[in-house]
Amino acid sequence: MSSRKGFQFPEAKAAPSRFRNPIGKYRLDRSSDCIACGKCVEVCPYGVHVMKRGHVLVKHHYRCVGPDCPTPCHAECPVQALSLKRNPTFDAMGDFRWTPDLLASTWTMAETGDVPPGGLEYKTGGSDGGFDKLRLITPPEETARNTSALPDEDVDVGVELNRLNDMAHKIRIEVPFYGGGMSYGSISITTMLSRIKAAAALGTFCCTGEGGYPDELKPYDDHVITQVATGLFGVREETIQRVKIVEFKYAQGAKPGLGGHLLGDKVTPGVARMREAVVGYPLFSPFPFHSVYSVEDHKKHVDWIKAMNPQALVSVKVSTPTDVDMVAVGSYYAGAHIIHLDGSYGGTGAAPDIAKKNIAMPIEYALPKVHRFLQQEGVRDKMTVIASGGIRTPHDVAKIIALGADGVCTGTADLVALECIRCHNCESGRGCARGIATTDEELMQLIDLEWGTQRVINLFLAWKKELIRILKRLGMRSIRELVGQTGCLVHLDYMKR
Amino acid sequence: MPSKYVIHTKPTPHRFKKITQSGIIAWEEGCLKCAVCVKKQCVYGVYDNRGLDGHQMIDTIDNQCMNCFRCVQGCPKELIHKSLNPEYKALGDAHWTPDVIARLWYQAESGKIPVSGAGYPGPFSGPGFDAMWTDMSEIVRPTRDGIHGREYISTAIDLGKTPRHLTFNDKGDLEGEVPVFIDVPLPIIMRVPTFGALSDKTIEGWAMAARRLGTLFALPENLLTKDLTDFRPHLIPLLSPGPMDLEKLADGIRLVEIPWKEDWEETLHTIRRSHSSLLISVRLPLTEDAQKRVLSLAREGISIVHLEGSYNGRAMDDESLFVKDAIRPVHLALVEEGVRDEISLLVSGGLAMAEHVAKSMICGADGVFIDFPTLIALECRMCRRCTKGLSCPVEIDRAPSSWVASRVVNLLGAWHNQLLEVMGAMGIRDARRLRGEAGRAMFFEDLDEATFGSMGKVEEGYELE
Repeated sequence: MSSRKGFQFPEAKAAPSRFRNPIGKYRLDRSSDCIACGKCVEVCPYGVHVMKRGHVLVKHHYRCVGPDCPTPCHAECPVQALSLKRNPTFDAMGDFRWTPDLLASTWTMAETGDVPPGGLEYKTGGSDGGFDKLRLITPPEETARNTSALPDEDVDVGVELNRLNDMAHKIRIEVPFYGGGMSYGSISITTMLSRIKAAAALGTFCCTGEGGYPDELKPYDDHVITQVATGLFGVREETIQRVKIVEFKYAQGAKPGLGGHLLGDKVTPGVARMREAVVGYPLFSPFPFHSVYSVEDHKKHVDWIKAMNPQALVSVKVSTPTDVDMVAVGSYYAGAHIIHLDGSYGGTGAAPDIAKKNIAMPIEYALPKVHRFLQQEGVRDKMTVIASGGIRTPHDVAKIIALGADGVCTGTADLVALECIRCHNCESGRGCARGIATTDEELMQLIDLEWGTQRVINLFLAWKKELIRILKRLGMRSIRELVGQTGCLVHLDYMKR
Repeated sequence: MPSKYVIHTKPTPHRFKKITQSGIIAWEEGCLKCAVCVKKQCVYGVYDNRGLDGHQMIDTIDNQCMNCFRCVQGCPKELIHKSLNPEYKALGDAHWTPDVIARLWYQAESGKIPVSGAGYPGPFSGPGFDAMWTDMSEIVRPTRDGIHGREYISTAIDLGKTPRHLTFNDKGDLEGEVPVFIDVPLPIIMRVPTFGALSDKTIEGWAMAARRLGTLFALPENLLTKDLTDFRPHLIPLLSPGPMDLEKLADGIRLVEIPWKEDWEETLHTIRRSHSSLLISVRLPLTEDAQKRVLSLAREGISIVHLEGSYNGRAMDDESLFVKDAIRPVHLALVEEGVRDEISLLVSGGLAMAEHVAKSMICGADGVFIDFPTLIALECRMCRRCTKGLSCPVEIDRAPSSWVASRVVNLLGAWHNQLLEVMGAMGIRDARRLRGEAGRAMFFEDLDEATFGSMGKVEEGYELE
């Protein structure tokens, strides 16, 4: 644990919603019977009500935890002027995977750096399978190893990434996750910088995606993973030499086997310059690498990176076909340090719905398959296995690590921290109406870099805190102890009690 | 190489306003009349283009809203809200879900593949076809070229017997009898759904679409009117049981379908005697033991079998048996007997999305029939008013045939492109190679049990987090 010395996590700082009306699950209606006695202001533990110039107002509906409240204002009100309702707008957002509850709880974490105090289901979504049917099981308090009294600092959630122990950098990330690739062009420079600055503050990394390496990122070189994908957009010798980790992207979970597509509208002068392309023309990233048709070809690619930057860690990002286990072993023999599996339910700036839903398998199936196969081949200890594609919560992180991953990549969660509402229109017209996944000059202004950075930091501090709580509950001192511990999991469909 | 099969689509608007998943509720009362109103700032200009549809008497705003929630979150008096639309939730039924219907509408209108940003929003898996995933090619089994590459991905299939080998005489001419078969450029054949507010114009529109697509359209023989003469090569008359009017089969018809019944052999011989070159397909109910009957048909020299599933994608005799699971034993039985190429298997029953075509074929079908998707393409809401003799809310029976054809061509154009996506990802360049490739698919039942089956134990005193 030597490299942990001296690392200081940043503080969570309040970063409230940038919109005037944050969307909450509950609404409190105040009738004209209100006598402005201030009882509600007094009893509410969450600051929902405020007293202003002799009037009482419901200022922060979204902070109300509804039926979970220990001192409900509507019950305490002497004149019954308050009534609690579910907000219909709340139910009109989100989907099966990112339920309204998960969106709102992620917003809370990004605002406060803590999990929600109540009222929201922040652990699982509503997809009725995979993560959403898995539960962590914890031993009875009395039989658990005595970890509950440990200070949080003594529980280690960091991950060593170089397990080949070769001449490449010895890299440790302080949290068991790093930022997955999102290209310049698919997201704004502010979004990109928010993620990368947060990664630097949290002692981890963030990937550039395949849209090139903007100069604005230079101060954070030590926390950047640069991506080499099939379009080779913005890949230069100099960018590969600048970083500590280089990622090959063979495929992306949301559109496996199909390659990328940046619509013409998003190819602004800045994007075109970065990608060495023409303004306004759509850009296709082909599938597959036309120079890779075998593991031997793949090794040539890895060697090419190692020749340019001998100390770089090489990560191979692949999707999840039936033979994903063979792909993983092939990557090991090609000399990769990290195998990054991107499951089919992962994010994207634009992909055909048919691909997102049907092609390749969810990460919950692919990861254990790869973990087992690498064990059988006797190389599991020499490789770092990273999972992505639908990791939404700290509980998802714990579950996939228990299924055999060393760590995870995040993507959509970062964007939700910046108040993405999952409207699925990243690709249309001027891009994201909420200013996150856009290159439109005006819409980009909707996000302030400092605010964005703090939101991502807050979210991941909340994740870290929750992971430490889970580990302590399991009687563990390190996230390493959880890897492959399927005994800590139960699947509701197979549960026998 | 055959010339590239391209389906020309063109945007063909709805005649009625669509039912949307959620609606905007904007109160006027208490409005501050802000100089910079959030409604004026809408990124999509939705409020500027707002209108009243006089035909249906509805506000057009919900059809344009893109769900960014910025107006909801920006109004200083909190006067704007969004709410789920109960009318949307009430569309269709458990199989023809609101989402399926809305997607079919989009494709019929635009001719485009549904593309969206952000990850998959739906359930982890589901019944029937939703319990399987298709494969893709990666490093150890790479595809040879991308979808948009030079190589041609063929979606064509042959209906009829494929000879095992060809024999030539000394002069190099083909010897012996060459089996008759039909080459269809798309593994999707249309047929008339079991209900719908149909008119002659609807039927004509569907026939026009089949001709434009180069595919076939199956319709009851009584609907085969003189007006459809020009479309005959693309029509499959469905002969009803009982005495046949063989006159109907004259000129141009290439394929007929007869229902399986006790004396089907007699029917077969009657047709063969008078129309020797006509291809005959036998329609069998897709049941648990369908393989026995299919094998006996193969022995009789029947070269096309239509396995008919139920309205909601199940076997005819078992609600718990899905079409995808019912096809596999039939396909495997034919493979085992060594007669798989002697017969074309066409499957129908509840096929609702483009992926169902690819998945049916992976499970062993040569091609599929679709019925309700071509009706939903015409804005059908699956309300079934027509089955009770009531008027159609979207007046399908009044739609002109050219509009009908255009909508269906759009839908199948989008499906064709989606088939290319799935095949391209798998590295398969010929739809005929998709048949029975179950090794290139992943099934929920296998994966879920193998992955999580052992994770059922919760010891005494342990708690779920």
